[in-house]
Amino acid sequence: MNNDLLQLICFYFFGAVSVIGALMVISVKNSVHAVLSLVLTFFSMACVWLLAEAEFLAIALVVVYVGAVMVLFLFVVMMLDIKQEAVREGFIRYLPVGIIVALVMLVEMLAMIGVRAMHAHTLGPNPAGDSNVAWLGQALYTEFLLPFEIAALILTVGIVAAVALTLRQRAGVRHQTASQQVAVNAVDRVRVVKVASEQMASVSPAPVVAPPQENAP
Amino acid sequence: MPSINDILILLPEVYLVVAACVLLLLDAYLKPGQKGAVHWLSILVMLIGAYLVVSGQPATPVTAFSGMFVRDGVAEVLKLFSLLITAVIFVYARPYLKERAIPFGEFYTLTIFATVGIMFLVSAGSLVTVYLGLELLTLSSYALVALNRDSPLSSEAAIKYFVLGALASGMLLYGMSMVYGATHSLDLHTIHAAIVGTEWKTLLLFGLVFMIVGIGFKLGAAPFHMWIPDVYQGSPTAVTVFIGSAQKLAAFGMAYRLLSTGMGDAAGGATGLAPQWQLMLAVLAVLSLAIGNLVAIVQTNLKRLLAYSTISHMGYLLLGLVNAGPEGYSASMFYAVSYALTSAAAFGMILVLSRSGFECEEIDDLRGLNQRSPWFAFLMLLVMFSLAGVPPLFGFFGKLLVLKAAVDAGMLWLALVGAVFAIIGLYYYLRVVKVMYFDQPAEGTDVRATADAPARWVLSINALALLVLGFTWAPLLAWCQRAFAS
Repeated sequence: MNNDLLQLICFYFFGAVSVIGALMVISVKNSVHAVLSLVLTFFSMACVWLLAEAEFLAIALVVVYVGAVMVLFLFVVMMLDIKQEAVREGFIRYLPVGIIVALVMLVEMLAMIGVRAMHAHTLGPNPAGDSNVAWLGQALYTEFLLPFEIAALILTVGIVAAVALTLRQRAGVRHQTASQQVAVNAVDRVRVVKVASEQMASVSPAPVVAPPQENAP
Repeated sequence: MPSINDILILLPEVYLVVAACVLLLLDAYLKPGQKGAVHWLSILVMLIGAYLVVSGQPATPVTAFSGMFVRDGVAEVLKLFSLLITAVIFVYARPYLKERAIPFGEFYTLTIFATVGIMFLVSAGSLVTVYLGLELLTLSSYALVALNRDSPLSSEAAIKYFVLGALASGMLLYGMSMVYGATHSLDLHTIHAAIVGTEWKTLLLFGLVFMIVGIGFKLGAAPFHMWIPDVYQGSPTAVTVFIGSAQKLAAFGMAYRLLSTGMGDAAGGATGLAPQWQLMLAVLAVLSLAIGNLVAIVQTNLKRLLAYSTISHMGYLLLGLVNAGPEGYSASMFYAVSYALTSAAAFGMILVLSRSGFECEEIDDLRGLNQRSPWFAFLMLLVMFSLAGVPPLFGFFGKLLVLKAAVDAGMLWLALVGAVFAIIGLYYYLRVVKVMYFDQPAEGTDVRATADAPARWVLSINALALLVLGFTWAPLLAWCQRAFAS
C-alpha cells in the first residue's frame, strides 16, 4: 500500500469518527456518554491536525482540551446529579462506553503512528518550514497580533461577566467578622449575677437567667 | 511587522479599552454612595472616544496590523454614532439601574467593552477580526442581558440569546472556513480578488449561505428573528435599548464588510458573488417585512411590539443592501443611523416612564399619557411617527432612500412590498398614539416621567432631533455617500 493511499484512508477514518462522535454528543441521552463522545471528537480532530502536520495544535488540543478541560467537564457532569441512578451506579455503568472510546482512540493512535512512521509529506506544503511552534509564535505576535489582543479582551469580558453574574451579597448569611469579635468587651458577654446562697434549689433558675441579649454575637 | 503607527490608527479603540479597565478598577474601590462617579465618567469616556474617532480620521482609508483593521469613512460614521448613542443610553439607564439595584460598574464596563466590539467589527479587514469583534460584542451582550439576576424572565432571555447566538456564531464560522478553503485567505480584499474567476464557486456559495445566516441572525432578520422578541422583553430595558440601537449599526457594518468588501459587489463590473447574495437578501427582506409588521399588530407588550418593529426595520435596511452599489449602501447606512436614533428614543421613553415596581411595558400602561404628561406624550408621538415613516420625520427619509435603492437595483416588486408593509406597519404605531391621546387612564395607574432631570432632557433632545433631522437630513446623507464614494 503506498503512502498517499494510507494517508487518505486515515484522513477519512479520523474524519468519520469525529463526525460520528459529534453527532453522538448531541444525540445520546446520557450526559456522561455525551462528554465521552466529545472527548472522542476532539481526539479524532487532533489526529486530523497531525495528518495536516499541525503538530503543535494537535498536541495542545489533546493536552488542554482532552486532558484538562474535558476531564473537568466530566467531573462537573457527574456531580450535576441529573440522573439519580447514574450517580449511584457510577463507574461500572460507564465502563463499556469508556472502553469503546478508549479502543477507538487506541486504533487512531496506532494508525497515526503508522502514517508518521512512513514519513508521509504529501498533504500540502508545510508553512512552518520545519518547526510548527516557531511559525505559530511568530505569526501570533506579528501578523495576528490584533486578533490575539482582541481574544485577550474577550477573556477579560468573560471574567467580568462571570464575577458580575455570580458574586452577590446575600442577606441573612451567617459569617464571622473578626474585627467585631476582637473588639468585644467582657462586659458585653459575661454578667455576674449575685445569687442569694440560702435560696431553695427548686426555685433557683428562674430569676438567675439573664434576659436574652439582642445582637449577641 | 506592527509598528507604533498601527496603534495610532487604533487610538480610539485602545483608549476605550484602557478607560474601561480604569473604570472597572475605580468601581471596585468606590464606596456604594459614590458609584454615581462611574456613570458620569462613562459618559465622558464615550464622548472623548467619539471625539477621537472624528479628529483622528485620515483623509484616505488606511489599514493597520497587516490589513486586519481598516479605518475608512464607513467605519467613522458607524463608530461615531455607536459611541454617541451609547453615551445617550448611559444617561437613560442611570435611574433605571439605580432603582433596581442592578450592578452599576459592570453595566458600564460591559457596555463599553461591547462598544469596543462594535468598533472592531465595523472596521474589520479580515475574517478573523470580524469574528472576534462579533464575539466581543455578543459575549458582553449575553452578560448584560443576564445582569438582572433576580428576574427569571431575564435569565430565560439570556439563555435563549446565548444558545441561539452561539449557534449563529458557529454557522458564521463554518461559512468562513468554507470561504477560506476556497480562497486560501482571511483578508477580505484578497478574498474579493480571488473570487473573480475562481473554480470553487460551489464551495464559495456554500460558505456564503452560512455567512448570510450569521448576518441575518445578528441583524435579527426573519427567518432568524426568533430570539428578538424574547430577548427584548426579558432583558432589563437599559440593556434592550443598547441591543436595539447601537448593535444594529454593528450588524450593518458586519454585513457590509463581509458581503461587499469580501464577497464582491456589483459596482466594478466584475460582479463576484453579488447576484447570488442580492437574491438571498431580497428573500430575507420580504420575510422580515411580512413577519415583523404582521406579528407586531397583535402584540400588547410595548417591548415586544418594538421587537417586531425592529424585525421589519431590518427588512428595510436589507432593501438598501440588496442594491449592492454605493448608493444602496449609503441609503442603508443612513437608515441604520436613523433607526438607531429612533429606537434609542423609543426605549428611552420606556426607561423614563418606568419606575420601581412599574415597568411601563404594556401598551395599556400608556393610557391617557397625554393628560398626565403632555410633553412626553408628544415626544412619544414623534418617535412613533418616525418609526412608522411619517413625513417630515427622520424615519421617512430613511425609508424613501432604501425604497429608491431597491428600485434602482431593478427590483421594483421589492420596493412595492416595502411600501405596502410600511402602510400596514402604520396601524400599530398609530395604535400606541391613540392609546396615549384618546384613552382614559386606567384606575390606579399613574404613568408619568419620574426619571432624573438629565434623562428627561436628553430624551427630549433625542426625540426632537428626529423632527429636526427630518428637515436637515441632507448633510448626514452626503456624509454617508462620501463614505462609500472612495
